[in-house]
Amino acid sequence: MSAEQCFTLDGRRVPFQDGQTLMAAALDAGVYIPHLCFNPEFAPHGSCRVCLVQVNGRVQAACTTPAAAGLTVQSEIEELREMRRGILQMLFVEGNHVCPACEKSGACQLQAVAYYVGMQTPHYKHFYPRRPVDASHPEAVIDFNRCILCELCVRASRDVDGKNVFAVQGRGIQARLVVNTPSGQLGATPFSIHDKAAQVCPTGTILTKHRGYETPIGQRLYDRKPISVVGDVAQLPESRGGRRHD
Amino acid sequence: MAEPMIFAQTIRDIVRRHGGLPTRLLQVLRDVQDHLAWLPPEALDQVAEELGLSPDKVRGVAEFYSFLYTDPRGSYDILFSDNITDRMLGNRELLHYLCGRLGVGIGETRADRVVSVGVTSCTGMCDQGPAALVNGYTLTRLDRSRLDRIVELVNSRTALDRWPREFFEVTSNIRRADILLGRHFADGAAVRAALKHGPEAMLEELVKSGLRGQGGAGYQSAAKWMACRNAPGEVKYVVCNADEGEPGTFKDRVLMQDFADLVFEGMTLCGRVIGARQGFVYLRGEYRYLLEALRATLQRRREVGLLGEAILGDPGFDFDIDIHLGAGAYVCGEESALIESLEGKHGVPRIRPPFPTTHGYLNRPTVVNNVETFAAAAKIAMEGGAWFASRGTAESKGTKLLSVSGDCERPGIYEYPFGVTVQRVLEDCGARDAQGIQMAGPAGHTISARQFGRRICFEDLATGGSFMVFDRSRDILDGIRNFTQFFVHESCGFCTPCRVGASLMRDLVAKVHTGHGTRFDLEEMRKLGRIMQVACHCGLGQTAPNPVLDSLDEFPEAYERRLRSTAYEPAFDLNAALEEARQLTGRRDPGAYLREQDLMLGAMP
Repeated sequence: MSAEQCFTLDGRRVPFQDGQTLMAAALDAGVYIPHLCFNPEFAPHGSCRVCLVQVNGRVQAACTTPAAAGLTVQSEIEELREMRRGILQMLFVEGNHVCPACEKSGACQLQAVAYYVGMQTPHYKHFYPRRPVDASHPEAVIDFNRCILCELCVRASRDVDGKNVFAVQGRGIQARLVVNTPSGQLGATPFSIHDKAAQVCPTGTILTKHRGYETPIGQRLYDRKPISVVGDVAQLPESRGGRRHD
Repeated sequence: MAEPMIFAQTIRDIVRRHGGLPTRLLQVLRDVQDHLAWLPPEALDQVAEELGLSPDKVRGVAEFYSFLYTDPRGSYDILFSDNITDRMLGNRELLHYLCGRLGVGIGETRADRVVSVGVTSCTGMCDQGPAALVNGYTLTRLDRSRLDRIVELVNSRTALDRWPREFFEVTSNIRRADILLGRHFADGAAVRAALKHGPEAMLEELVKSGLRGQGGAGYQSAAKWMACRNAPGEVKYVVCNADEGEPGTFKDRVLMQDFADLVFEGMTLCGRVIGARQGFVYLRGEYRYLLEALRATLQRRREVGLLGEAILGDPGFDFDIDIHLGAGAYVCGEESALIESLEGKHGVPRIRPPFPTTHGYLNRPTVVNNVETFAAAAKIAMEGGAWFASRGTAESKGTKLLSVSGDCERPGIYEYPFGVTVQRVLEDCGARDAQGIQMAGPAGHTISARQFGRRICFEDLATGGSFMVFDRSRDILDGIRNFTQFFVHESCGFCTPCRVGASLMRDLVAKVHTGHGTRFDLEEMRKLGRIMQVACHCGLGQTAPNPVLDSLDEFPEAYERRLRSTAYEPAFDLNAALEEARQLTGRRDPGAYLREQDLMLGAMP
């Protein structure tokens, strides 16, 4: 058995297994790197670009970069925090995110990561896109205004639920989440709130009907402790503020 | 609405012709659209069923490529090339003229569905613009008299093959030839050399030649071929990147039109060296007009034993080439996006590593090289690596084809040994009054006269070949704004900083261009540009801010003379924002409008 392989992350030694990414190894070691489209239960996607780290001086996404022995990785440096803030701000102005009026506020990964990277305003010009809300399903509502195109629901529905309910279509700034039916309505799909796809959204795009504000704002998951301590809402059992239904 | 009963059999025939292969999806959709003028939902669903794909996948592909339409278009679909060089030749005035004559709005389809008119990214005819495409076929040298004739042809529903041939004429305009374009090449010479000396010796020559990727990235070709040759796996592929989408570039067009044998020979050589039996040319959709001639060339090569089974009688040497046509997506010039597109998917760049040399087409080891690289490799096989390396500089061996356009007397193709100065090119092409050059396209560098002494080579100014000249009568910011619009149109939308950042950058440049910007906005451009350069998923997004960042340094006066003296101006027009409220309340009195002094007060800190 050879000695444990390690890279350094902000000066701390992080061990890793062959084939692990920087993100996966950091997660195993309990070191938080902010992220949105990454979820350890799925193959890395690399689209949100929030998990940018410096690897031997080069900026790369931690979720797609293979770990290698001896790498010097930096994450919590001001240069990267500023970049992450910029990317979060882009996500906020691209959609319509009205945190005070959102049921997910306080248990929203997007909001929590924004706080974590020190984002205080959206800064950029709002795009104010006109996007629909789909309440056709008896158990769930989709508010497309809040979608950040992480494709976690797409992946979960296709790869875990075997239902292929969601897809991203269109190019560039026209890219959007769609529901795979001729009508485009969630109610016409076999989607269920017990699906994996219903539990992975890092924003308030997919919400359960018939229940809301059960935990008062101010006492929610990320109201008390930052996401770097609590972890992703999708990874937590409901007893700890996650939205699992299984 | 097209009648499903009518097109059902057509679609079945098309799918059959493509062997029912899901990898042919993009080709199938192109062919279906050729018949129907657009892709109705029922047609997409049938294609999905016939190919065994999910309907959302087929729809996703149809929505991704600009030349595929999910809304009805005219039987004659005219798209004006909208590169800055077309604009400098007056394309916008012609576009409005044509739309007026045809009675159709820009980007719209006429009510009778006979004609639609729109704009598209650079079609690679910068040396003979203003250019357009009609049903995918190239129109060059447009002027009012040609447009008058086109209006008649459209309104009389005259079939394209009865339009005047000269409208479609594409000339090669080779102005300077060196070792690649200037020396005779005997068909089969490279393949014979490969058979005679063997793959190892061919690789040695390639190493000696120092050949680097001519698409602009400059990766050592020998290293790429060797990595693919050594990669485990029985099935390997050769892919020729002829998706020449960088605005201002047209040298691959000329190679494919006049030197296709040389390119195919280079691909065949590569197949021999890496052990591949199948090659693909990914030809950009804008070069649709070349397709039949290229297929004929391939067929001729098969007939003389230079392609197909047992090439030149060697029973161990099978290799053939197929041509895939793109459909209007600049991002597919990125090699992993190109491979996705070859597989029939929408062109989103893959996560790398792994690289195509080990996991390329269908996850098999694949060499992807530019058209010019394959042409040079064929010459090297015939003449030797040392011969090639005798030209150029220490780090950039051989020659480079430049596509020269813009404000010069002799636009066209110029082949120079690497290391030529910008000044020399300007003199040769007859650019008398240049204030700046857009080098290597919008993704490259914007340089001003103080840099004209720089050398074109990988050590200094690297390029894929685009060389656009702007003289002193031009407003540099017109070009920069055009480039930011280009990147918004061509971003694939996968990663946040490119998808959103490209739009933010376009709006910031527009704000300054229209005289509403302040110094604050210039700093915003720099900050945004820096994020995009390092944070984006692929080279498209990483290079998208280059023209803005370069021109801020090289042409600061182009920005500064337009700035407002205030420290800050809002990103939106306050008065215009009140219009909806005015309409709702029916108010038109002076109190319903903001006055200039209100705006000034609002801008005070």
